Amino acid sequence: MRTSFGLLFRTTHYALRTTHHLITHHYTQHNAAYRDTMLEMLTRVHARNLVEFARTRPEVVVLSGDLTSSCEVDTFRDTYPERFFSMGLTEQNMMSFAGGMAREGYTPYVHTFAVFMYRRALDQIEMSIAYPNLRVRMVGFLPGVTTPGGATHQAIDDLGVLRALPNLTILETGDATDVESVLGVAQAVEGPVYIRLIRGEIPRLFAAHEPMQLGRARVLSRGTDIALLSTGICTEEAMRATHVLRERGVSLTHLHVTTLKPFADPAVIEAAANARYGVITMENHTIMGGLGTAVAELMAEHGVGVKLHRIGIPDTYIHGASRQYLMREYGLDALALVRRVEAVIGQTLDIDEDDLAAVRLNTFASDQQQEAL
Amino acid sequence: MQSGSGLGVRADANIETSCTLGVLMASFDEVRQAAAGIRRRVLEQTIRANGGYLSQACSSAELLAMLYTHYMRLGPSLGAPIPPPFQGAPSARNPHHVNGGVYNGAQAPDLDRFILSPTHYAMALYAALIEAGRMSPEALAMFNADGSSVEMIGGEHSPGLEVTGGSFGQAISQAAGVALARKLRGDTGRVWVFMSDGEFQEGQVWEAVTVMAHHQIDNLRVVVDVNNQQVDGRMDQVMNIGSLRAKLEAFGASAVEVDGHDLEALAEAGETPHIGRPLFILGRTIPYRGIDLLHERYPHLHYIRFKSDAERERYQEQLRVMRDE
Repeated sequence: MRTSFGLLFRTTHYALRTTHHLITHHYTQHNAAYRDTMLEMLTRVHARNLVEFARTRPEVVVLSGDLTSSCEVDTFRDTYPERFFSMGLTEQNMMSFAGGMAREGYTPYVHTFAVFMYRRALDQIEMSIAYPNLRVRMVGFLPGVTTPGGATHQAIDDLGVLRALPNLTILETGDATDVESVLGVAQAVEGPVYIRLIRGEIPRLFAAHEPMQLGRARVLSRGTDIALLSTGICTEEAMRATHVLRERGVSLTHLHVTTLKPFADPAVIEAAANARYGVITMENHTIMGGLGTAVAELMAEHGVGVKLHRIGIPDTYIHGASRQYLMREYGLDALALVRRVEAVIGQTLDIDEDDLAAVRLNTFASDQQQEAL
Repeated sequence: MQSGSGLGVRADANIETSCTLGVLMASFDEVRQAAAGIRRRVLEQTIRANGGYLSQACSSAELLAMLYTHYMRLGPSLGAPIPPPFQGAPSARNPHHVNGGVYNGAQAPDLDRFILSPTHYAMALYAALIEAGRMSPEALAMFNADGSSVEMIGGEHSPGLEVTGGSFGQAISQAAGVALARKLRGDTGRVWVFMSDGEFQEGQVWEAVTVMAHHQIDNLRVVVDVNNQQVDGRMDQVMNIGSLRAKLEAFGASAVEVDGHDLEALAEAGETPHIGRPLFILGRTIPYRGIDLLHERYPHLHYIRFKSDAERERYQEQLRVMRDE
């Protein structure tokens, strides 16, 4: 499931398309303001970015767990073959091995799907990397619902597990600019970093010249009714909803959170403290242990006495299906946010699916599924 | 308590010579003396604390003595003769953490490195450090004391320990990463790992051997205490792994199997060529070697706690005999 089948499709896929193009997002007539929005879409952002990042940093080496193309490190392998080490299907060994190389001054960037790191090799992450506080970068792919690979491939509780590890810094990406800047953010961290990375075709939600910053959320809007905090791919969904919500008169502070640990951003506390109706968190993760929990801890510690509403995968494993289906089914999409806002403010806003619907022009309609493998 | 053996003094005196020549070659009599010292010191500590990992010292004494006097090229210890207390776990906020590897000397391109995997062998290793003149015998007064770094199951702050190895299977992978990095850097020094055979039940060990063979990591050598023991008893009854040598060779490593108490055989095993592969020196050992009393408890030898004052007195008598030898 995770090897040749996916690679075959990916190879075909990339041979047939350009790597950088514009796609018009078509919104329905109910949403005139978004109808002509041009959202830049990019592919294989990490593949290019890592090669560029490593150009002037000879200490950067890549370890890959037999998912080299799937984790977009094939370009690195071909560009710097002397710094690329195939570890095969030896994830436990790979994590400890990375710790060994980090002890000698290299900075290993370990690439595989997130589940094969934090679930399969947690003890190795703890004892070989986190305990000795080594400069290993764990680049974890397929966060949450971004794969149709089912429970075996979906990292739905990685933040809950890994936030508990001392010494570990945790970053999450939600768009192309995040992906382009996350390696630079991690570079400054004297210790291990776990990155929830998105791949394939991803939008540029944020200006390319405004990189991610460690411990600082992006402020997307300011308002007084609700404080909305979103992470990863949920931010794109949230932005669609907030646009319509604002038109209906809801005043929101919307923050895009990229640093999950450490988690002490004063902007989060301030937003929560100034929210009249309450705080909503929205994440591509179970509601246990991730963003919602981190925000709850921070609010409680600062005595912020408003209600917290957590949008995320409820306390359940999920199954293999498309990202769009899973986000709808488990309530992670724009419509789910709208309904939650309505419940929080106790008012119906007359927003339906058509108001939010966005059809992404895509030459290959099934790409999302194929990429997810 | 006896002070460091003559061997330890000699190691200190000849350290420059040893670095120049590459290898400090102790005579086999001196190695034998060091091995006896390891057993004696661990027995002393076991009696003092009414418990300890005594059998592991009995099986591994010659292997550890060979490592510190014959196999490894190490610089003089950089550690305090009396180790400082635990300074906190490594972290970006803790500038006080000192790695226990300093007792194995400086990290230099031409020098070897030592990594202990089964960290419940820590007491045996501390005894080896004392025998090699790398730590003061008085350090054992802090063994397993609250707040001390001379821990019963050591961490990478404990004397002689460079990595946190006690979760089995991880040290060899970490050592392989160190070894590959050293190859990339052009170091001539090697990486030595000490393991015991029970650990080879862990799947990660075989991942590591596979990867080392694939990447031709041949600057790494593993000394294995093949004592056929694990916590529940005899390995061949708890979980038989068959021929370790045949398995290692099948996985692409070089392996040589000898009597782990025979110094001449161990010395010869260390000369085994292993171009393009890691070398495993498998020392077949007896888990009550040198302390026959332990045989009464066989095969339950993992941790020795005396059942009565009378039993303790018999071990005390054994210690008197060993001190006189």
